[in-house]
Amino acid sequence: MTQRKPITRRRVLAAGAGALTATLLPGIGRAQGAPAKIGVILYLTGIQSFMGQQTRKGNEFGAKIVKEAGGPPLEFLYGDAESKPENGRVVAERLIRDGCTLLIGTNDSGSTISVAQAAEASKIPFLINIASAPQITEQGFTQIFRNFPPGTALVANAVARIKELGATTGVQPKTAVILHVNDTFGQGIIKGVDVLWERLQVPIKILDRISYDVRARDLSVEVAKAKASGADLLMPITRVSDAILMIREMVKQNWSPMGIISPGSPGPYEKAFTDALGKYADGYMSCVPWYNPTKKRSREIADRFEYETGDRFDLNAAFAFEAVEIAADAIKRANSAQPAAIHAALKATDISDHIIYGGPIRFDEKGQNPNIGGVMLQNQNGKPVVVGPQDAAEAKAVFPLVPFDKR
Amino acid sequence: MRPPALSRWPALAFFAAMAAAGPLMDSFWQSLLTLVFFYAYMGLSWNLMMSAGLLSLGHALFLGVGAYATAVLIAAAGLDPWLSLAAGAFLAAMVGSALTWLGARFSVRGVHFALLTIAFAELFRVLFDNWELVGGTGGFFLKAINPETNRPLATLRGGTLFFYLAFLSATAGAYFIIGRLMASRWGYRWRGLHADEDAARALGVPALQSKVLVVAISAGLAGVGGGLFGLMQGSLFPDSVMGVRVSIDILIAPIIGGLGSLFGPIIGAFFVVPLMEFSNVLAQRIGFFGLNTLINGMLILAVITFLPDGLWPRLIALARFRSSARCSK
Amino acid sequence: MTSLYHNVISGGILIGVIYALIALGLTIIFGVMRLVNFAHGEMVVIGMYAGYALWSATGLPPWTLAPVAALLLFAMGYLLQKAIINAFIDRPQHAQFILFIALALIITGLHLLFFGPDPRPIQIAESMQSYAIGSIRLDVVRTQAALMAIGLIGLLMLFLKYSTLGASIRAAADNLIGAQVIGIRVRRVYAVTAGIGMACAGAAGALIAPLFDAQPFLATDFTLIAFIIVIVGGLGSLMGALVGGVMIGVAEALAALTVSPALKTVFSYALLVLVLLLRPNGIFGEPERS
Repeated sequence: MTQRKPITRRRVLAAGAGALTATLLPGIGRAQGAPAKIGVILYLTGIQSFMGQQTRKGNEFGAKIVKEAGGPPLEFLYGDAESKPENGRVVAERLIRDGCTLLIGTNDSGSTISVAQAAEASKIPFLINIASAPQITEQGFTQIFRNFPPGTALVANAVARIKELGATTGVQPKTAVILHVNDTFGQGIIKGVDVLWERLQVPIKILDRISYDVRARDLSVEVAKAKASGADLLMPITRVSDAILMIREMVKQNWSPMGIISPGSPGPYEKAFTDALGKYADGYMSCVPWYNPTKKRSREIADRFEYETGDRFDLNAAFAFEAVEIAADAIKRANSAQPAAIHAALKATDISDHIIYGGPIRFDEKGQNPNIGGVMLQNQNGKPVVVGPQDAAEAKAVFPLVPFDKR
Repeated sequence: MRPPALSRWPALAFFAAMAAAGPLMDSFWQSLLTLVFFYAYMGLSWNLMMSAGLLSLGHALFLGVGAYATAVLIAAAGLDPWLSLAAGAFLAAMVGSALTWLGARFSVRGVHFALLTIAFAELFRVLFDNWELVGGTGGFFLKAINPETNRPLATLRGGTLFFYLAFLSATAGAYFIIGRLMASRWGYRWRGLHADEDAARALGVPALQSKVLVVAISAGLAGVGGGLFGLMQGSLFPDSVMGVRVSIDILIAPIIGGLGSLFGPIIGAFFVVPLMEFSNVLAQRIGFFGLNTLINGMLILAVITFLPDGLWPRLIALARFRSSARCSK
Repeated sequence: MTSLYHNVISGGILIGVIYALIALGLTIIFGVMRLVNFAHGEMVVIGMYAGYALWSATGLPPWTLAPVAALLLFAMGYLLQKAIINAFIDRPQHAQFILFIALALIITGLHLLFFGPDPRPIQIAESMQSYAIGSIRLDVVRTQAALMAIGLIGLLMLFLKYSTLGASIRAAADNLIGAQVIGIRVRRVYAVTAGIGMACAGAAGALIAPLFDAQPFLATDFTLIAFIIVIVGGLGSLMGALVGGVMIGVAEALAALTVSPALKTVFSYALLVLVLLLRPNGIFGEPERS
């Protein structure tokens, strides 16, 4: 009698696990030559969903353009981290299990670090489209490639643009008050301000730093405090919903400082912001990286995006678009969908013809692209336009701010 | 009042089987079961406090203290991971003791004690939100480990299999430790306080000591769970380790599995966690957000209405009924 | 500098009145049924969504919609009490807690299902306006909401004092067995009480909707604020809920101003801990007899 293998609990468990795995995870075991699977982790719901949704549109648009240009076949899987930073890792792990060999994300520094940990553990390359916290490149991650300036670079750009603003308009602010969200991103920018304000000897005195929770429902006291400081300049570091709350409070409390200049945060240029506030959104300035409006290809892409989606080609969409172009370029050079090959190709990236304002796209040994430029935007007539530096400007800056009660 | 049954050999067999099955499983199952054992472990810790009649609605406080203490000591002070874990447990136990001592000293009972646990948990959460050392709401992040050179037993960090075995061992350990405790005289004292505190006191049960002890142990265990959890996640945010949501998630499994029984929290976790995970994935895939929250709520409602003692006692009763029916007399 | 304090304090008073309405609902439920409603915040959020939905459909200013939301939630509370909660009146306390936690999860799940997790803002012209009284600027929306809240609270007080049903409720709160002895149908009183409690929460929610964008996860914050007010004021004390509400509203605003906005809730929780330890029956409750 032949010895049959006993049906142990182990085998049943393993068989069951295998069966369930096969049904739940259709990505495993695909043939070679199939499209490279790219996992995109974003905040598609919750309090930061607006930016996530915009980023997704930029991603999808990028996929379309890459396909038209004859790029390698790509398949995108989207994962929603629900505006909670700790979910980044969980979502990333799920996408990796589904067969993704490259990750893109996340629009938020907290969840970016979370995803990076998952990427590191599974040795999957992670292309960071938007996240500015400086510590992202200081944690020893080997799999990350960040195509976005760190907080210090954002603030350095802001300082340069503010100096320029003073020079071109002749109006010099002497004091400032900072109102900032206190999540990973906000803290990163504030640290940048602390360091650079001293190092660059900025002649503007910071009178107060007022922090608030990213989930704050009400900013009346915060704005009241900022108003009471009597500063010339308000420098807010916000997200979108809180920026809207802030301006509403400023209108109600009738506070119109000399200027509102964000040293590198989202909020003012987002469509949700300008739609919600109408004429009160004008005049707000923001120092961020942006697509280069004087470059022909950038303009074409931006116009086509706005025409086809009806949405604004803002920072979220632009960096999402560029991330897809970088990914396509790397996968093409690697000629493979394997993570290690993509990683090596990304390391060797050198792209000069790209839509974001700045030098060629390269990644240093920590995974940071050091060549991203920065501009100064201002909302004029409900749209953000580039008002500095001179070689990228589309319009002149309106400074000081037109008071709210005179609009 | 008899102590809850500690069925030694079946339990041991169960844990051994789960341990053996570990390396054979796909990483998806390892992750899922790690989560199951995490909630089973935390449920056992919560259940211990409940056995003395102390309803903890802020259990995440102990988890959070353990998680942050362990992580900060390892990352910022460079302390040995095992020592950091022990320190985290110790700190959590201290916080629990202080909370209980204050409560007992001021005769805070019932509703008010439960509210006290929430108040403390939220107080600590907001303080941590604004404490620079732990990164505040910006989060505290552990540095990446190199999978090739990392030795999990030394650094207490590793892959999915490592954490699966870690939480499995923790659950097994807690099961046996709590089993012993419940059968000891302390167990009798705790159950006495739960049944009728005034009567117990009249009989000479040292209420203050008993309460502080049970919470210290419960919190210490939760602190260990928190420490491991933090090491597994790699990134800590006050809301994600100490928030009210977490406290509620912790008590769902033991309630559904069965209060007052040892295996109840484990069964509860096996039932609740996979359901939560699958309904979560389902909800995201078909775009129905909130489905998992709804299912959780209805589950708890159903159990508390129809099976007030939980699933485990009902399962045991069924098994006994079957076996007694088979015995012909 | 003083105008800053005046502004902040007046803002605190306005929001405090609305908090008081929320707390009233909670304290009534406890006073009569000795039930601790952990789903109270979720009921406020139901009110917020009701306000949002009614505003989207009709375009009427939200403060006028509060009575509608109140009626809606009264019905909901009445039915909920009769169907589910009554069965739990005699169950042990932890079972009651768990019941309300389950209800809270179900309500949040339904909100997510029907409205999604994204915040739902109400944008009206008044959102950007404020009344100027001397050196103080009062938010228009807040002021309207607070006035409506005062109206509703007044109505509730009159009802409890002068109507038969109100008298029954007060009787049941005061002495349950005595009330049953003189023939008050207790189960019906419970249902009405639950209805009133939820109606308060719902009305407050509708009033708050233009101030804070409606989203499912605000519920926990409201539950906690309501509990802090009710404990500080005294479980079961109407006066306590009123005074406590305004007190907490002002205290939080002042804490945000003087210390740090991010830490303002620490003050409230610390106060809760102190009251729980030292005077658990609250300011307007009887002093503790050990």
